[in-house]
Amino acid sequence: MNTHPLAGAAARLKVNIEEKSFRSSNGATIQVLRQLRFEVEENEFACILGPSGCGKTTTLRILLGLDQDYRGSVQLPGKSQARMGTVFQEPMLLPWRTVEQNVRLALPKELRGANLDALFAQLGLSNMRSFYPAELSLGLARRAAIARALAIEPDILLLDEPFVSLDEPTAQQLRHLLLFVWSERPTTALMVTHNLQEAIMLSDRIIVLSDRPAHVLGTFDIRLPRQYRNEQVKADLLRSFNEKFAGIRNLS
Amino acid sequence: MGPVATETGQTLNNSEPADGVRRWNSSLMIVLSFAVLLVAWHVAATLWPSRSFPAPLLVLQTFLSETASGDLPYHLAITLWRVAAAFFLAMIIGSVIGVLLGSHRRADQFFNPWLILFLNIPALVIIVLAYIWFGLNEAAAIGAVAVNKIPNVVVTMREGTRALDARYAEMAKVYRFGALDQLRHVLLPQLQPFIAAASRSGVSLIWKIVLVVELLGRSNGIGFQINLFFQLFDVAAILAYTLAFVAVMLFIELVVVQPLEHTSTRWRRRAA
Repeated sequence: MNTHPLAGAAARLKVNIEEKSFRSSNGATIQVLRQLRFEVEENEFACILGPSGCGKTTTLRILLGLDQDYRGSVQLPGKSQARMGTVFQEPMLLPWRTVEQNVRLALPKELRGANLDALFAQLGLSNMRSFYPAELSLGLARRAAIARALAIEPDILLLDEPFVSLDEPTAQQLRHLLLFVWSERPTTALMVTHNLQEAIMLSDRIIVLSDRPAHVLGTFDIRLPRQYRNEQVKADLLRSFNEKFAGIRNLS
Repeated sequence: MGPVATETGQTLNNSEPADGVRRWNSSLMIVLSFAVLLVAWHVAATLWPSRSFPAPLLVLQTFLSETASGDLPYHLAITLWRVAAAFFLAMIIGSVIGVLLGSHRRADQFFNPWLILFLNIPALVIIVLAYIWFGLNEAAAIGAVAVNKIPNVVVTMREGTRALDARYAEMAKVYRFGALDQLRHVLLPQLQPFIAAASRSGVSLIWKIVLVVELLGRSNGIGFQINLFFQLFDVAAILAYTLAFVAVMLFIELVVVQPLEHTSTRWRRRAA
């Protein structure tokens, strides 16, 4: 399918969710997503931004195939079965396996023997390959989770607030690391966040979601390459974002 | 990152000698505890001498002569093989049923009454019925012991399955772990404490039931011998056979089970 003339179209993430609802314990139905439609281009880094509890994680779970009880359709990039590199909100490393085992276990068969030295070095994990996850700080565990997501050479990278509950310097360091390893081998990426600064720093496009039931309020494209986004530019971007989405107070 | 590595490295180095000292202390305590028991037994047997309450030395003599004649090793080996066979049979069948019931609520609701029924059938009834239905043979003997233990394993493993963290299974699904990898790296490590608990209580229960099975329908094994010595009122021999088996089990516990457990939980220990 990759050699097909329409490969570009196939490499795109298309989300078209008509409706997704949960049944609460008292029997009421809560609608979480309604007519949620967006696309992410090949090798584009997109962020989903929205108020907490609006259904961002639910959207990601649908993309991951963990929740199939919804109406609508989702088209993942890549071959018939897209390889999905995922960083969950919690690192979700197997506590009884070392960092390296955790990464290798996720590898598809043809990559099982792959040399991971470069990846571990890029993420500063070279000395921690034989450590158990409980011996790592949260920041290091997140790095290991990122290493696992990238080691499989994914067709799409899905990140669920990977920098949440870290102190700001650590989070910032990790954002730079993520950008660095991602730009070595760009792939279609979708990150869920509620941090606007983070989204402005990392993404090519910000998809802004409404409150529940979530739908797309609008998108904010950032065409400027990341290396030119200095503090001044980011402040300008922030201002123009706020002008465009003036009605939404709780985002900034 | 550098400082983090050294920090954790130091904690590791510090924890290992402390661990060794603790283990040495605990084995010393075991020896001391048994020594006190032996002395108390010897004193009691000297104060109230009786043929039905032999002193430890007499038991030791009986043990040595029975070992020299080859009787004790033979019957001990037979019993050990039955314990091992029944144990693995019960653990494997019980674990599979337990995991299935723990992960399927409807099946659990349906089969729970059966489980309660089997939990409450006396071991003796199962043994007698097994011998009547399947004959006085090895398969009936081992099967009867296993059937006695299976419900306990099922209950423990069902609890373990209910305690599984679904997020690990989701991670394994997203990263497309193979069935074998899921079993080895996701399911079994999570069930490990429950498997350990089931095996601990399992071995002691199984060995007791194996003796009954041997007494009722086998012509070898420790149970058969104890029945023989009961008819001869030879308490020293009864104790010699019992203690020999207990010693073997203690040896297995110290040399096989504990190091195994130590290895399989080292990720938890080192984290502390």
